[in-house]
Amino acid sequence: MINLEIDGKAVETEHGSTVMDAANKLGVYIPHFCYHKKLSIAASCRMCLVEVEKAPKPLPACATPVAEGMKVRTHSEIAVKAQKGVMEFLLINHPLDCPICDQGGECQLQDIAMGYGGCESRYQEPKRSVMHKDIGPLISTGEMSRCIHCTRCVRFGQEIAGMMELGMAFRGEHSEIMSFVNSSVDSELSGNMIDLCPVGALTSKPYRYTARNWELSRRKSVSPHDGLGSNLSVQVRDNKVLRVAPAENEAVNECWISDKDRFSYEGLNAPERLTKPMIKQDGKWIEVEWQVALEYVSNGLRQIRTASGAEQIAALATPHSTLEELYLLQKLMRGLGSNNIDYRLRQSDFSADGKQDGAPWLGMPVADINTRDRFLIVGSFLRKDHPLLAQRVRQAVKKGAQANIVHSIDDDLLMPVANKSIVAPSDLANALAQILKALAAEKSAALSVEAQKAVEAVQPSAQARAIAHSLASGERAAVLLGNFAQQHPQASQISLLAGQIAGLCGAKFGFLGEAANSAGGYLAGAVPGATGMNAAQMLASPRKAYILLNVEPELDMHDPQLAMAAMNAADMVVALSAYKHHATDYADVLLPIAPFTETSGTFMNTEGRAQSFRGAVKPLGEARPAWKVLRVLGNLLDVAGFDFDSSEAVRDEMLSGVKVADKLNNRISGVALQSPPAPLFQRGGHPVPPLQKGAANEVSGGFQRVADVPIYSADAVVRRAAALQKTCDAATPCVVMHSSEMQKLGVKPGDTVKVTQGKATVRLVAQANDTMPAGTARVAAGHHATAGLGAMFGTIIVEPVNGDRT
Amino acid sequence: MLSEQIQARINRELNKYPADQKQSAVMAALRFVQDEKGWVATEDMADVATYLGMPQMAVYEVASFYHMYNLKPMGKHTITVCTNISCQLGGASDTVAYLESKLGIGFGGVTADGKFGLREGECMGACVDAPLFSIDNKRLCGCLTTEKIDQILAELDQS
Repeated sequence: MINLEIDGKAVETEHGSTVMDAANKLGVYIPHFCYHKKLSIAASCRMCLVEVEKAPKPLPACATPVAEGMKVRTHSEIAVKAQKGVMEFLLINHPLDCPICDQGGECQLQDIAMGYGGCESRYQEPKRSVMHKDIGPLISTGEMSRCIHCTRCVRFGQEIAGMMELGMAFRGEHSEIMSFVNSSVDSELSGNMIDLCPVGALTSKPYRYTARNWELSRRKSVSPHDGLGSNLSVQVRDNKVLRVAPAENEAVNECWISDKDRFSYEGLNAPERLTKPMIKQDGKWIEVEWQVALEYVSNGLRQIRTASGAEQIAALATPHSTLEELYLLQKLMRGLGSNNIDYRLRQSDFSADGKQDGAPWLGMPVADINTRDRFLIVGSFLRKDHPLLAQRVRQAVKKGAQANIVHSIDDDLLMPVANKSIVAPSDLANALAQILKALAAEKSAALSVEAQKAVEAVQPSAQARAIAHSLASGERAAVLLGNFAQQHPQASQISLLAGQIAGLCGAKFGFLGEAANSAGGYLAGAVPGATGMNAAQMLASPRKAYILLNVEPELDMHDPQLAMAAMNAADMVVALSAYKHHATDYADVLLPIAPFTETSGTFMNTEGRAQSFRGAVKPLGEARPAWKVLRVLGNLLDVAGFDFDSSEAVRDEMLSGVKVADKLNNRISGVALQSPPAPLFQRGGHPVPPLQKGAANEVSGGFQRVADVPIYSADAVVRRAAALQKTCDAATPCVVMHSSEMQKLGVKPGDTVKVTQGKATVRLVAQANDTMPAGTARVAAGHHATAGLGAMFGTIIVEPVNGDRT
Repeated sequence: MLSEQIQARINRELNKYPADQKQSAVMAALRFVQDEKGWVATEDMADVATYLGMPQMAVYEVASFYHMYNLKPMGKHTITVCTNISCQLGGASDTVAYLESKLGIGFGGVTADGKFGLREGECMGACVDAPLFSIDNKRLCGCLTTEKIDQILAELDQS
């Protein structure tokens, strides 16, 4: 530790830290622009010049390492003179028209100019002007002349987002921040550059010129979009959400949020919002009062229960729903006498149900990801599904951690990956068994009898051995299962194998939660239990009545075909939704409910952190918070225990006295570890995928489907966020195959092909990617273009459009 | 795509740096591109970026920062005239005027036959020979007079 003095106050700080760190520790403010605690040091703005005793001239606080006995003065005559001088230089080329700048009122340059700027400019010459560039639908560079070249945006891209999309071109007075030949900025974290920009050079395109900073009220909230539960500052005016910014929480989202968290608010104000309860009568939708709609629902459910039994009623909720909503929905269902409730809509393997020792969770606090030195990430579209968790892994890798990947897609994670095993979906379990076997050999450790039997016939590949070696050489490893692994038809086998691997190398073992309440839904009891039907069963044997909470079955379910068949065949479908959507075709009642900004509630993130929030604005039109709707339904249906005054009361009933940590456990006991299927046999040098019943044979182009859920299609709100839908990530999905497969089909990249799964055929553009395993084709789910297809895992047939193949 | 010669030259350059620091060769790589085609197009920068495993924008930063990279076609021979203080005192403005009238182009221009491009340069560290210009950033010609300029241009014209 080093002792120094800043403005006469003594402070002790770590060796190697800077004067700026020491000042921050002391609470002394030093003006700065280019310095940011999460970014590397550039020392380019020179605003933080301070006087250091015995130094011949002022030194930049952000780049000056502390030294024993150093005496720093931040407000001395020399320091202030230097700071004022820098300020005058910064303002030479910066336009002095704050009233017409979008950043006005929340501008660091404006603020600091108040303290250090002159009252008038001595500079009479022309200012330089910089043309704006189009860098995509999210960030506006409309005022590039305002740039002060702090390079925060550039460093953010390099260091946090992992891709350097912006850079500083040219030199000296001609320097400009730009992207390479006007390409768009496509990072899923790009919006943070808007926050980082200390001036009005990078601003939010959707928000630009809609409000002034001081007109906005800031309400704390929590992001529903992924399992992290990023803390948000929802900024509202006139009961309308006008923008979303991060609320800092070092343990969760640090000071970042993903673009999905930031820009999806546009979906809250989308024209498709459902604002009145509606009932379908004689095939026509009519708007009705809440009372009428709710009585209609309760009468309908009563009738079905009396006529066919309570088990004919089923409820599906998205994991983006609040804990309170999930809890009340399951309480309502159980009060009706049905256990058919589920929120794990994209899951397909439920064999671990009832055998898990607790709710699947991350297995460690989120912040611990940064401290891991080895990762095994299984079946995860990490960057797109968990942008900020990917960022944490990236930081760990930067500090020397090794990332190992087992997946069916070789997407660029924008970080060095030590080893990867890219295999077809059907080989995923086998790949893990190989690693397990290799790891046992590496560690000379004995496997359990069951595990030993399971991996007996498995031959570890070179990659498996490399991954095992990497894991064995670490001290703090983590084995993480992504969405793909959790949605896999062999999810529990994958989980068992991954658990064994984690056990062998002393790693933390965790699930990356897909949505806000992926972990919390278990604690809310929104799972069927021993007697109920799970999400797959409810559709496989169709029920007479369905209650859908936030669900759009063709986009949110594992098998949209099955889901739509069940919806169409049902006698009664009650859709609780914030939007008027496809449910108008099959539902009988549409109940307008409030999205997360218009209701109070709780999200329990993937580390088991329950974060409650209040509504930021009033519900739109006659929409109501879903917990209130469910409460009234409970009363109307005479279910006991539905007298809640507030969502907090619901939460307390659910969570008070519950030790969340005790409820989280990734261990599965009682599911036998099977020996994974042998690697696919080869034919003509290519592995042949196992085919499902009823599917076409290999000759007609049967491929194993690899389905991701595109980042901006993952939930109802983001699907309607206009600006996000214009990004590259929201482009219509393509069929992606190995180029040799395309040749065999006689298809060229860019051709439109027919993709058939089950009864449906859609037309998509084909794309080549030679990292795809043979026999697989990537076709995204959750998107309207592919909503007609079947299960996310399955066999699809790809054919050229003309159909004549030789 | 980078030509085989360029790739071979870059590979030679890469031997000088650690395997994980391939971007160190970026300036040399851009120079090789310019040697071959006279200028560096954005496509070439993208190719260099791929070849060296670095972000495209980082290559663009380098290419746009250094004056000696031509970001547009500059003819078969680029003549860069120093206009800094020593050369100015030595009569650089006359050199510039003479070149402009002789070639019929200004700074940044290329002659209609594509033979010569004219650029304004910064101090080349040879003030003793002022006024001076460089040819293709490789050959320095100093103590310029109109006769000497005629001679150099004629020589270049024939090459």
